[in-house]
Order: sequence, then C-alpha cells, then structure tokens
Amino acid sequence: MSVTTLPSRGHALHQPGWVARLFDYKPFLIVMCLAPAIGLLLVFLTYPLGLGIWLAFTDTTIGQRGVYIGLENFQYLLKDPLWWNAVFYSVFYTAIATFGKFALGFWLALLLNNHFPLKSLIRAIVLLPWIVPTVLSALAFWWIYDPQFSIISYLLVDVLHLRSSNVDFLGSPWPARFSLIAANIWRGIPFVAISLLAGLQTISPSLYEAAMLDGATSWQRFRYITFPMMMPILAIVMTFSIIFTFTDFQLVYAITRGGPVNSTHLLATLAFQRGIAGGELGEGAAIAVSMIPFLVFATLFSYFGLARRKWQQGEAND
Amino acid sequence: MAWDSRARRVVMIYLPLACFILILLFPFYWMAITSFKPNAELLNYKEHNPFWITSPTLAHLKHLLFDTSYPRWLKTTMLVAIGSTFLSLFASTLAAYAIERLRFRGSPYVGLGIYLAYLVPPSILFIPLATVIVQFGLFDSPLALILVYPTFLVPFCTWLLIGYFKSIPYELEECALVDGATRLQILWRITLPLAVPGLISAGIFSFTLSWNEFIYALAFIQSGANKTVPVAILTELVTGDVYQWGALMAGSLLGSLPVALFYSLFVDYYVSSLTGAVKE
Repeated sequence: MSVTTLPSRGHALHQPGWVARLFDYKPFLIVMCLAPAIGLLLVFLTYPLGLGIWLAFTDTTIGQRGVYIGLENFQYLLKDPLWWNAVFYSVFYTAIATFGKFALGFWLALLLNNHFPLKSLIRAIVLLPWIVPTVLSALAFWWIYDPQFSIISYLLVDVLHLRSSNVDFLGSPWPARFSLIAANIWRGIPFVAISLLAGLQTISPSLYEAAMLDGATSWQRFRYITFPMMMPILAIVMTFSIIFTFTDFQLVYAITRGGPVNSTHLLATLAFQRGIAGGELGEGAAIAVSMIPFLVFATLFSYFGLARRKWQQGEAND
Repeated sequence: MAWDSRARRVVMIYLPLACFILILLFPFYWMAITSFKPNAELLNYKEHNPFWITSPTLAHLKHLLFDTSYPRWLKTTMLVAIGSTFLSLFASTLAAYAIERLRFRGSPYVGLGIYLAYLVPPSILFIPLATVIVQFGLFDSPLALILVYPTFLVPFCTWLLIGYFKSIPYELEECALVDGATRLQILWRITLPLAVPGLISAGIFSFTLSWNEFIYALAFIQSGANKTVPVAILTELVTGDVYQWGALMAGSLLGSLPVALFYSLFVDYYVSSLTGAVKE
C-alpha cells in the first residue's frame, strides 16, 4: 500500500479546524477512544457487580427497596438444604462435565490433527454444536430424553433389546443429573477440541522426529512431548470452561428447570428462581454472590495447578 | 505391511472420528427430522421407523410461521444481534486502537481490565442488572439487550482486535503521520481496512453470541412480542402437558439456521481467528 496516495493529506494541512486539532491532542484522543468501551463496561458490568454484592446484604424484593440486613441472607442460605443441594450439584456438574469435555475434546483434537481428506469441512461440522444456540440444542436433548418417545430408549429397548422398559431420563434425580451433564459435554467438546487443536499445531514436528529416532513409543511421545507442551493452553481453556460450566444456566433451565424435586438446580438457576421468578432480589443476589468464592477457587486451582506444572517442565528442559 | 498400517489407521483414526461426528451431529438430525414428521409418525415407533419420514409435512412449519409470533421473534432477535454487534465493534475497535496503537502509561492495565471483564459470568450479574434496567426505564425493551450484550462482547472483541492491530506494521501509520494525516484519518483509512479480517471474525463472534444469549433476555423481557427466539420458544411455545414436538423442533431448527448459515459463510475466518486467539 502506498501511503502517498492518502487523499486526506492536504485536507489536514490546510484546514486544521479546532475539532481536528482536538482529536490530534493525544490524551483527548485516548479518552475518546476508550470512552465507549469503558463506559459500557462500567455502567452495565462494574456497577451491577457492586450493586449485586450490596443487594446480597439487603432484603430487597421486586418493587420494594430493601434495607441492610448484614449476613442474614447468607445465614439463611447455610441452613437451606436447597442451596446446599445446588452447591453440590454445581460442583459435581462442573467436575464431571469438565473431565468429560477435556478427555473427549483432547481425543478429538488429536484425531483432527491427522491428515485426511475433507479436513476443513469436518472441522467446520465439528464446531456446529458450539455455534447453535444452547437453548435450541437443549430442546433437542429434551426431546431425545422424552420419557415415552426417547430415541435412546427406542434403540435400547426395541432395536438392541438391552432393556425391557424405557429409560426414565429426567424423571428421577440421578438420571436427570447425568442426562444434563451428557448434554453439557456434547456442547462443550467442539470448543475444547478446536482450541487444543490450535495448541497441537504449535508443537514443532522436530520434537517428534527426535523422539522417534530415540525409539520412543507413540504413548511416550504423547506423555513426554504432547501433554507437557499442551499444559499452558490446557490451563487457559480449562479455566474458561470451569467458569462457564459452573455458572451455566440455560441448559438446566431449558431441560429440567431444576427438577425433579429440585435435584438439578445449579446455583444460577436457583438464583433465578428465588431472585427473578420469586421476587426475592436480595436472596437471589446472595445466591449469585455465593458463586464467587467457588469461581475464584476453581480458577486459581485450574490456572495455577496446570500452569505451574508447565513452568516446572520448562525449568527442567532448560 | 501397507495393508496393516491402513487397517490400523482406520481403527485408530477414522472409526473414532466417525463416531464423534455421528454423536455431535445426531441431535441436529433428530431436530430436522422431527420438524417434518407428521404427528402420526412422530408418536408411533411401532409402525414407523423413527429414523426416517415416510410422508414429510410442512404443517409444523406452517403452524409456527402463521399461528405463532415466531416471525416477530426472529425479527427482534435479528435486530438485537445486529445492534449489539455494531455497538460492540464500534466500542472495541476504538478501545483496541487506543490500547495497542496510542500507547499510553497504563495501557496494558486497561487492556487487562477489559479482558478480565470477560471472566465475570452473566449468571452473577443478571439480578442487579435487572434493577439497573428498570431504573433506566428500559425494562421489556429490546434496547436493553442491545446495550447489555456488549458487556460480554466488548472484552473478547477488544482482545481479538488488539491481536489484529499488532499484526499491522506500525511503519504504515508512522509514514501517514509524517505526511500530516490526523490520527482518526489513519485509523479510518489505513488501520481499519487492513484489519477487516479481524473485524469480520469479531463480528461473527458477536452475532452468534447475541443470538445465543438467554439469561438476560429471559430476565429483562416480559411481553411475548418482544422476546428473542431462544426465550420465546421455551416460554411461549412450551405450553400445557402435551408438547408440540414438531413445532418446537421446527422452531429450534429455524432459529439455528441464521447463525449456522452466517457462520458457514465465514468458517475459515472463524476457525483461524479462534486458533489464532489461542496461540497468542
């Protein structure tokens, strides 16, 4: 690109209007450029975050300003079996779903890292579950888990004859919990796979060549080259995944709404039920705020747990 | 020997890959096939093979488009997605330019701060945000969604665009500065045209995420007419004890198509920006 063709050149020199000069004053320009983004984030993110923490210490309800009540909401939650149940299921859901997503996603990434025909088409297809709105695919899962017309039940009962009766996927607590986790894993695999695939492609082939010459088996190459080299990316992707799985809302809301008998409530769906549907804004905010310690802990654990190992590996290799 | 390695390849790569694709795509197949199945076939697996349709029907689609407010919901969703995408692109382009190109003391910290905003999940914010929206008199208005969605779009777009601006040689801008162009002219005429691939991937990302968003749309929109597709399907179409699976799946299919189409047009940008963003 030739810079001398800039048509604006003369314009700037001959008509230095005060507006143009103001925009060339760097501090002003910086402020103007940052204003839209920072403004939006302050008004709709930082302020609500602070307000949410404040609301958690009040007894606000919809249509009525609350007063400061200290830790009462939290004391109430600690005695509430439904809150404990939501804490349990949120942790369980996050742990199992993250494990499943990463095990299967890593496997898929390793498969996609091979050479085969139609590679880019297959990559595009694989991303589909991640692109399509979660609620809409969740509805498809709801239908797949239907008590009477589930296609899985049909396969198990009528085609394979493995069972004599339909599976009651969403009717009792444990099957419902695992059904939701399966849907979450299904949705999460593409993102994990594509992100890890990007990481795999940054590993230099010469490392594998050297290992081959030394007679390393394919398992040893995975264990001593692929896995340690993937640690930094695993740490980032897993941190993100844990945050968004722990605070998941739509999948559970769409498929079970927390049922049966409140067994599948995540903290987010419980907060919605109490805060928006039930009108207890203060209590709902307290449930939402109670997610923060778990999030901080999970983030630190996944990030530093994985990143530290990478750092140790790096030290040893130098 | 050659046969042996080929067989090994089939078992180790193609077979598992085929299973993955089958499982990842099956819910969409099921969604599609349910949308066009007459109710008689839909609820009778004994006489009809559930995996196929013998007499496809457009009845569910017709019901959806003419007896419900579905077209209205699609229009609202489109309006919200386009509006928030443009707002986010505008804000994040300027922010990324300021952070990456105008370099000032503390610019790395501003960048970090914006990035950290991405880690604040909507599930924590929706209750206080609902009260903020009410205070602004925006409750039940799609405008509320257009203004709120950038909170999760701007951080990612800014991060992505900072990476893009970094890849554009700074010398180009210096030459223009020497030639007397103003900073805004440089941004508009030099940097932005070169950053088009980045803008496109940020745009696709924003559009799909806005189309996807659920919890804010559920909490801030009350009236049936102003709902977005994901919320409306769940709250307006799911009625009573007998679910109209045909219409529900048709609605899901139709609601998925715009993002799927939009995404397939630009899939290469998308994948490369995603992989590029992770590499950074």
